[in-house]
Amino acid sequence: MSEISARLAPAEARRSRAAGPPESGAGTAQRRRVRRRRRRRFELYIWLFLAPTLLLYGVYTLYPIVASYWYSMLDWNGFDAHGTFTGFSNYAAVLKDRYFWNSFKVTVLFTAVTVPVRVGLALVVAVVLNNRLMPLRRLLRTAFFLPVITTSAVVGIVMQMILDPSSGPLNLSMEKLGLIHHGVDYLGSSSNALWSVMGVYIWKWFGITLIYWLAALQTVPAELVEAARVDGASGVRVFRHVTVPVLKPFLVIITLLTLVDTLQVFDLLLSMTNGGPQFHTEVLEIYIYRFAFAASVPQLGYASAAAVLFGLFAAVITAMQVVGVRFSRRSARSGS
Amino acid sequence: MTALTEGSRPSARVSRRRRWLWSRQRWPFTVAALVLLAIALVWIYPLVWTAGASLKTQTGVFTTASNPFPATLHWENYVRAWRDAQFGEYLLNTFIVTIAVVAITVVRTAMAGYVIARFAFLGRKVLVAVLVLTLFVPTGYTIIPVVEVSNQLHLLNSRWGMILALSGAAHVAEILLYVGYFRGIPKELEEAAVVDGAGFLTVFFRVMLPLAMPVTATVTLLTFLATWNNFFLPLVFTFSRPDLRTVSVGMLAFAGENSTDWSGLAAAATISLLPIVLLFLFLQRYFIEGLSGAVKS
Repeated sequence: MSEISARLAPAEARRSRAAGPPESGAGTAQRRRVRRRRRRRFELYIWLFLAPTLLLYGVYTLYPIVASYWYSMLDWNGFDAHGTFTGFSNYAAVLKDRYFWNSFKVTVLFTAVTVPVRVGLALVVAVVLNNRLMPLRRLLRTAFFLPVITTSAVVGIVMQMILDPSSGPLNLSMEKLGLIHHGVDYLGSSSNALWSVMGVYIWKWFGITLIYWLAALQTVPAELVEAARVDGASGVRVFRHVTVPVLKPFLVIITLLTLVDTLQVFDLLLSMTNGGPQFHTEVLEIYIYRFAFAASVPQLGYASAAAVLFGLFAAVITAMQVVGVRFSRRSARSGS
Repeated sequence: MTALTEGSRPSARVSRRRRWLWSRQRWPFTVAALVLLAIALVWIYPLVWTAGASLKTQTGVFTTASNPFPATLHWENYVRAWRDAQFGEYLLNTFIVTIAVVAITVVRTAMAGYVIARFAFLGRKVLVAVLVLTLFVPTGYTIIPVVEVSNQLHLLNSRWGMILALSGAAHVAEILLYVGYFRGIPKELEEAAVVDGAGFLTVFFRVMLPLAMPVTATVTLLTFLATWNNFFLPLVFTFSRPDLRTVSVGMLAFAGENSTDWSGLAAAATISLLPIVLLFLFLQRYFIEGLSGAVKS
């Protein structure tokens, strides 16, 4: 960010210097006064323009981020106007709860499986779709992208029907093809549920990673590929020596974008399994939701403590993203 | 004329196309396309199945589950979803909320982006740093204070409360998109307008904002998509106001009450998904450009 102001400051200095010297005496003073008045009026407009963002963003993003810490130290059911201060006891209780650690584990496992699959498979499909010799590229891209724009909560309900063990179309089709003899309980059995929701999640969001990769492949300079071709390099060698080096920095960015996505699986999982069976698909957001909103007596302080821990987890991942992008940019710059 | 001459030699055209598809250079890609086409059909199968199931009878859904296409069309499922499950109302709610949130978000992020891009004001560095730090804030983290603060402002069980809370979600990426675009516009354009006597507001609304049309299109689409599909916030904002539910929340409620009415659920799902799918198919290019912007920037 220092980059921004650094770039802007010299421009302003340059302008004032350019406008400054030729004038002299009273003219300059008057001009300066006019400019100062104009700047003051500008100042008003500047804050007027920032006001909606400062207000909305302040109330609904900044305040909640800070207030969560305060809430997390209260014993509060949400019905009383105020909670009672209990220090760090909520944190102690959360960290002792094995269901918290269960949901933490589910979140990490979910991320660790779906991110590499999405990034890897999407790269393969993107490389194939990026080739100009490929027929039907646009149609295929549209088909793979379509689930991305659908509403997760609606898809969750639809998938409950698709994956139904007795009358779901997936099981019935597989029975017809002779692949299985009786319906698989994808979402109801504790050994399958997490894998099934991972599969649906990958299906739902694969398209966006594909689009990221296609955008990255667009940056591979066509002349370079042509030149390598003319020099007699095979397709595989062109890919290894021309395409891969260009894609490397993008790998970091795309992996991290995908990683960050994966923390927001609440909609799909709540509507598809509600965290079940027996907490096997309960990610951290559902855990928080369960204590804050789904309980008959909400435990807002306790849920906030879990939320703060979740926020810290997300912050670590975001920090990785920022560092990773910086790093990959630097290496891209020094590489080119 | 041309149609005639082309039409008179159909066999030549077909064979030329066949030669094109199976030429020595292309045939591996043709094979790959066929494989991917098969996968793509499986890929969109759940959506096709849903549309098909919405037109089957309530028992037909179960007896002919693996065939997505209904034998006869049964529109009564839509009547049930629209009227009994109130999806007509939910759809209207979703439209109102989405359009309001898009309008507020576009205006506020454009104004903030312009000011950040063009002016040095006190605390700009801090503001930009804070914005970047909140580039990604999961809803699960902020939701409890958002509900509490809305409750205190008497905005909790109201449509306006939902709209404000959704517009107030970070939307940092949108601001940064505007910042980047406005910074790329040459300063001379504004200076010329100022020389012509244009004030601050005129410069922004008459010169800069129209120039930023591509960004506005992107921000509009991305915000539309995110708001239409939003679930967590509308869910907790409508616990005691079922009449304000959006389609995503309504879907969960419908499934909770009528989990065996598959054709009705499929009709409700089709009602919920159709607007956004149609919007995507018509404006596909902008969607994809907008989303791939995240990688390029």
